[in-house]
Amino acid sequence: MNEKELFLKDFNDSLHKLGRLTSMAVIVLLIGFPFFASIMSGESISLQGFLAGFAKVGIIYIPVAIVEFLVYTPMLGVGGSYLSFITGNVTNMKIPCVMNAKDIAGTEPGTPEHEIISTISVATSAIVTTLVIVLGVILLVPLQPILQSEMLLPAFNNVVPALFGALGIKYFLKSPKIAVIPLLLMSLLCIFVPSMISQTSILIIPSGGLALLIGFVLFKKNMI
Amino acid sequence: MNHYLNSVNAPSFYLIVALILTFITVMCVVFLVKSYRAGVKLGMDKKVLRKTITASATFTLLPSISILLGVIALSGTLGVPLSWLRLSVIGALQYELNVAEIAAQSVGLNGLVLSELNMKAFVTIALVMTAGILGGVICCIFFLKKYLGKVQSVPKKESSGKPGFGAHATTAMFVGLCAAYIGSYIGRAVPREGSDIMPILVAIIAACIMAVFEYFIQKKGKAVLENFSLAASMLLAMAAAVLIQLVL
Repeated sequence: MNEKELFLKDFNDSLHKLGRLTSMAVIVLLIGFPFFASIMSGESISLQGFLAGFAKVGIIYIPVAIVEFLVYTPMLGVGGSYLSFITGNVTNMKIPCVMNAKDIAGTEPGTPEHEIISTISVATSAIVTTLVIVLGVILLVPLQPILQSEMLLPAFNNVVPALFGALGIKYFLKSPKIAVIPLLLMSLLCIFVPSMISQTSILIIPSGGLALLIGFVLFKKNMI
Repeated sequence: MNHYLNSVNAPSFYLIVALILTFITVMCVVFLVKSYRAGVKLGMDKKVLRKTITASATFTLLPSISILLGVIALSGTLGVPLSWLRLSVIGALQYELNVAEIAAQSVGLNGLVLSELNMKAFVTIALVMTAGILGGVICCIFFLKKYLGKVQSVPKKESSGKPGFGAHATTAMFVGLCAAYIGSYIGRAVPREGSDIMPILVAIIAACIMAVFEYFIQKKGKAVLENFSLAASMLLAMAAAVLIQLVL
């Protein structure tokens, strides 16, 4: 092991130690917020509601988290990975930011220089995002009476359809061959079995499974 | 003013979120300083290190504003403090909204609808949103050292040129997710008791706006719009919902 490799090992070991400790602290703090809100409001958390919700969320997002971990961490390096997975927006912000920094500095993943550039890049990005959002929130507070007005109620009641309309067209255009059958089947199901309309959290499981299966078949047949 | 919204926007909630985010920002500063010093020690050019900081800061500005728009979109139902926390830490807008909707249904509501929300639902939704997104952080705590150690020690194989199914799996999963929601809006629009045409109208408007953005991003090379396309499409479609309500 040469001097540079030894340096990288020591540096990475210290980042792992720091990363693990702070990540555990962040988990405690984040989980603490709902309990704090519960104590302050005097309303207890519904255990049944939590377990039901978590099971449905976990089926989708635990595999996504594992895939993201496996794919992105080699690009992000040690420090960049801890910070990215804590501060979020990994795909849409941290990865492009690190790639941009890598191009500017001309480093290669796995080298000590890349570890350093990647960590600096993610840390800077996270700090800037936090500051921008803090400024925005400060400006948002005086606007609360307007945002909470009755007139704007239809806007906030339809935030989820707005999301899935925008997101839907993006993904459907990206993979029309995968999209057709799940979209058709889910629409027909909700038209002919109205009780399913309010059960989207359950519908996403067969719908997601079907799309995955179609995607896999198309992939095997070299059609995507 | 709505009692629920007053409760979820309580000053104590702002305070606790500010404290959590201060901790995370300090953590980022520590990583930044540690890496900068290590770079200097390794003999890296200080100019390159500084350039990395300025380039990353400027690169992040536009997407950060888009995240802020997400906070506005989410704050109408979940209040500013939780939206601020959720969009500053882990997650992203599409995750937060989807999980909030699933959690709302799990506590017996029709969805993330302001008129149905209450504090009991809020605290449960907040816990589901938080716990559901921790997968990546937990993987890092337990497996990052081993995984990166292995990946970085294995010599790179010659690429076959074709990416694996993994690249398509996430897209397929999200296609299925969107299909379920759009299907439910179509079902809801069918004329019968309790029908509601607004969700599908809003979804169509958001889709049309997003299609325009996609046209400029894909065909005209305006990649910078990528940062705003989702949040802007949503906010414009939400504004359209207000206008539709006034007309109907």
